[in-house]
Amino acid sequence: MAQVVAVIASTHHPFYYRASTAVGEDRPPFADEWVAKIERFRETLTRARPDVLVMVGSDHFHQLWLDNMPQFLVGKAPVYDANWYNEEREFGLPRLRLEGHEELSSHILRGGLDSGFDLAFSNELRIDHSVTCPIITLRPEADLPIVPVYTNIFAPPLPQPSRFVELGRTLRALVESWPSDQRVAIIGTGHLSLELGGPRQFGPHGPDPEFDRKAVDWIASGDLTGCLGEVTLESLHAPGNATHGFMDFMLMMGVAGDGVRADHVDSLDLFHTMEAYFTWYPEGALA
Amino acid sequence: MSKYLLNKFLFTVDRDPELVERYRTEPEATVTWWEETQANRILGCIDDERSTWLAFTDEERRALREHDHVALFGMGAHPFLTLTLFIALFERDHPEPMSYQRGYAEALAHIALPYPDIAT
Repeated sequence: MAQVVAVIASTHHPFYYRASTAVGEDRPPFADEWVAKIERFRETLTRARPDVLVMVGSDHFHQLWLDNMPQFLVGKAPVYDANWYNEEREFGLPRLRLEGHEELSSHILRGGLDSGFDLAFSNELRIDHSVTCPIITLRPEADLPIVPVYTNIFAPPLPQPSRFVELGRTLRALVESWPSDQRVAIIGTGHLSLELGGPRQFGPHGPDPEFDRKAVDWIASGDLTGCLGEVTLESLHAPGNATHGFMDFMLMMGVAGDGVRADHVDSLDLFHTMEAYFTWYPEGALA
Repeated sequence: MSKYLLNKFLFTVDRDPELVERYRTEPEATVTWWEETQANRILGCIDDERSTWLAFTDEERRALREHDHVALFGMGAHPFLTLTLFIALFERDHPEPMSYQRGYAEALAHIALPYPDIAT
């Protein structure tokens, strides 16, 4: 069976690419520290020697739209073009082209449908920065096939937080039941406290540092009981109006497992949001 | 109230470089044209199979024509769509990094939790 060789959860910050490539006067003062943290984080994936990446993210109204909005969607295509005009315009993100892995997509779709998740699918998906940011930070060669998994953290009504956790557990079990000798890394990105388009946006730090501190502790220690005990669809409005993206971190906690401590934990307090990076190595992954 | 239609305007304009410029320079004409010809288009369908029922209220039309992001927030337009499009429209007029975004937030400072519902 396939082996999960790394579970990785991260924020996805669309400004990283521009900050890390800027030189001279254009280079922000925090860029060097940010790049150093990202390079250490990248090494945690490299060490796991993955063959395939399952990438969990959330479309930001690029291809998925309110006339036909899936809650959980799996891409099944041989190729994914990536990044959109408005992401090039606002963030300077480059266009990318990533190979797909249709066999693993099919396995996840069939297995998901048979275990309680009525997953939507897409045979032609242009992916956005929720997936390309971790490609840029963790695997800038963009040389591994991917299976994109999109969640709706963006357009209410949203699934409950417990469903994100359960989908994470299911994804882990499905990858481990895939009859293959491939080494699979499961990577997901979300947010800690975040406000976009509201009065608390772009402050000197994230809108709710206390939530961020608790969130990092929950993720680092795999404390799903504590996290699910406090986090609801309603409670996530308080730390910032885009904080429902934290549910993608909860999904990744489900992938990593109840009570499993992360092997790599790092964070960076940026002007308007806290960045956070986590890697778990399942037993035997680095053998 | 049609939060959906407000979002559809923001979504379809934001993804089209030509429409972004038209909406920046000729907001009244662009909103009028869009409501007459685009509001009822079902994305991915031919023109003949358009919807028959979508229209802005007077206040929605006014907010879009006047680039009034505070009113759009109050009406429950999706804040990510509004922010992304308005950065494309106006950040270029504010050369200091993030100064447009901070001013955008300050204009909303009177709004307390709970924010207007954005569910559609």
